[in-house]
Amino acid sequence: MPLLIVRRLALGIFTMWIVSLLVFASTEILPGDVAESILGKEAPDEQITAMRERLGLNDPAYLRYWNWLSGLFVGDLGVSLGSGREISELINDRIWNTVRLAAVTSIIAVPLAVTLGLVSAMRAGTVMDRSISIGTLCMMSLPEFFVATLLVFVFAVQLRWLPAVPNVRPDQSLWSSLTSIALPVMTLTFGVLAHMARMTRNAVINVLSSAYIEMALLKGVLNWRIILFHAFPNALSPIINVIALNLAYLVAGVVIVETAFGYPGLARLMVEAVGTRDIPLVQACGMIFCATYVLLNLFADVLSILSNPRLRTQK
Amino acid sequence: MITNNAIASQSVQNKKKKYNNLRLTPVAWMSILIIMFWILVAVFAPALAPFDKADMVSFESFKLVEEASFLGTDYLGRDVLSRIIYGARMTLGMALIATLISFTTGIILGFAAAISPGWTDQILSRIVDAIMAFPSIMLALIIIGGVGTSLPVVILTVALIDATRVFRLSRALALDASVMDYVTVARVRGEGVNWIMFHEILPNTIAPLAAELGVRYTFAILFISSLSFLGLGVQPPGADWGVMVKENLQGLLYGSPAALIPAACIGSMSVAVNLLVDWFLHRSSTMIPEELMG
Repeated sequence: MPLLIVRRLALGIFTMWIVSLLVFASTEILPGDVAESILGKEAPDEQITAMRERLGLNDPAYLRYWNWLSGLFVGDLGVSLGSGREISELINDRIWNTVRLAAVTSIIAVPLAVTLGLVSAMRAGTVMDRSISIGTLCMMSLPEFFVATLLVFVFAVQLRWLPAVPNVRPDQSLWSSLTSIALPVMTLTFGVLAHMARMTRNAVINVLSSAYIEMALLKGVLNWRIILFHAFPNALSPIINVIALNLAYLVAGVVIVETAFGYPGLARLMVEAVGTRDIPLVQACGMIFCATYVLLNLFADVLSILSNPRLRTQK
Repeated sequence: MITNNAIASQSVQNKKKKYNNLRLTPVAWMSILIIMFWILVAVFAPALAPFDKADMVSFESFKLVEEASFLGTDYLGRDVLSRIIYGARMTLGMALIATLISFTTGIILGFAAAISPGWTDQILSRIVDAIMAFPSIMLALIIIGGVGTSLPVVILTVALIDATRVFRLSRALALDASVMDYVTVARVRGEGVNWIMFHEILPNTIAPLAAELGVRYTFAILFISSLSFLGLGVQPPGADWGVMVKENLQGLLYGSPAALIPAACIGSMSVAVNLLVDWFLHRSSTMIPEELMG
């Protein structure tokens, strides 16, 4: 088992390295360079040269990549081209808002989705299962910004129950900070829930169709015992996988949701940076999101190795 | 000969059974009607739209005025209905181009990787793994951040992301098919890689690939309109459903549904395509592993 986990960790580190290479390379495919794109094509040559000097663009690419990568490790992310502020400062302002959004969403969505998936799997093939399946499929097909606009229209504009624009301040009480992020959390839950419920259903059905469950049934074991003691331990690994995968999906979801609600989080910072072509900021945010995604996937794999006796004893 | 006939008649029976299974359910009927509706709207957009997409028909924004058609005006006083109609053309058209590109490249490379194992497969699969290590929206943001946005960039980015998924699926399907006797026979007969790809493997993998086409098309619609919604796809004054949601978002606070309508259009199209695919998979018992569908 240790070998398997070490191999998986090594693969994860390798993936991160490839991701960092690609993130860095994306700014190199540009014809011309960053200095030109900041100042515009009509800028005088002296200005462009000075800007190149300032940004260190005259160094060869491998040296710049090395400087950038080593900066990432010590938390020196460089300076934002747009505002001239330290990127680490900008990110620190925003990142906790995003973490809070994701945390509240997972606390609500994970138990709900697993229950829905279990119910659906235990009633497989019935009308109820079919309607849950069609319902979750519809939920998955709706774009996040449709759900977001619909929720704002109903709860903020028509009913006036919840604020349309989340007003996040550090001095808020717990209740008002929860109501202020209620609509973004509902939107995110909507998307994640559908994916997670469907995947949980498939995982459990897979286990329930195996021979040892049939054996238990034929022996006359009670239904709840089969689910709890026979099926659940073996379905645990795929379910953990599903949960981690969907938390990774949140990484994509927050981009749309933060923009739709004007929520001051990291994803909105990145979208704004892409709009103004603030390339160092895009790279820094991109690395944070991609690293989270890779780490969550890694975490899921390691957990499923640990929870599977067959993999655990493998040398 | 007798056995051959028996097999032939059995396969005819199987075919009959298969087509019986493919009878349309009410849900499938509804999906087909919605899809047909939007295709017709997209094709005949200039004939259907009462105004041009950039015409400002009124000075009143977010109002149901007499000058505009029944959906009222948007934030610049343009006719919402006309922009929805032109938006159908833009959104569905761009998604179609992206899907076609991703499918041709994805299938050809996927089949090639499966049939010619060794270093071709290794290189292609590792590249695809690297691209799939990114959350797709992040990949798009990083590319657009580096290159800047334009219609070809958006279409190619979506095609790239889609192509990796198509590659995975078609490679897996082709690997299954390539160990079948009829492929071995074709190889022994001395057929080339291209011939085997298009005459033996493609016809035998067509059902799951057709389902995947629908899944990828909805993904392209959602992704392109998401990018437009973020302000990084189609730029104003272009009419695209995602852009329309973004530019009319403020109107929501005044109780105008101008942002809700284009969002509902996107939703209706993608729900319809997904339900149709679901019906097809359910009825033809074609299996696509769930992890390949996302």
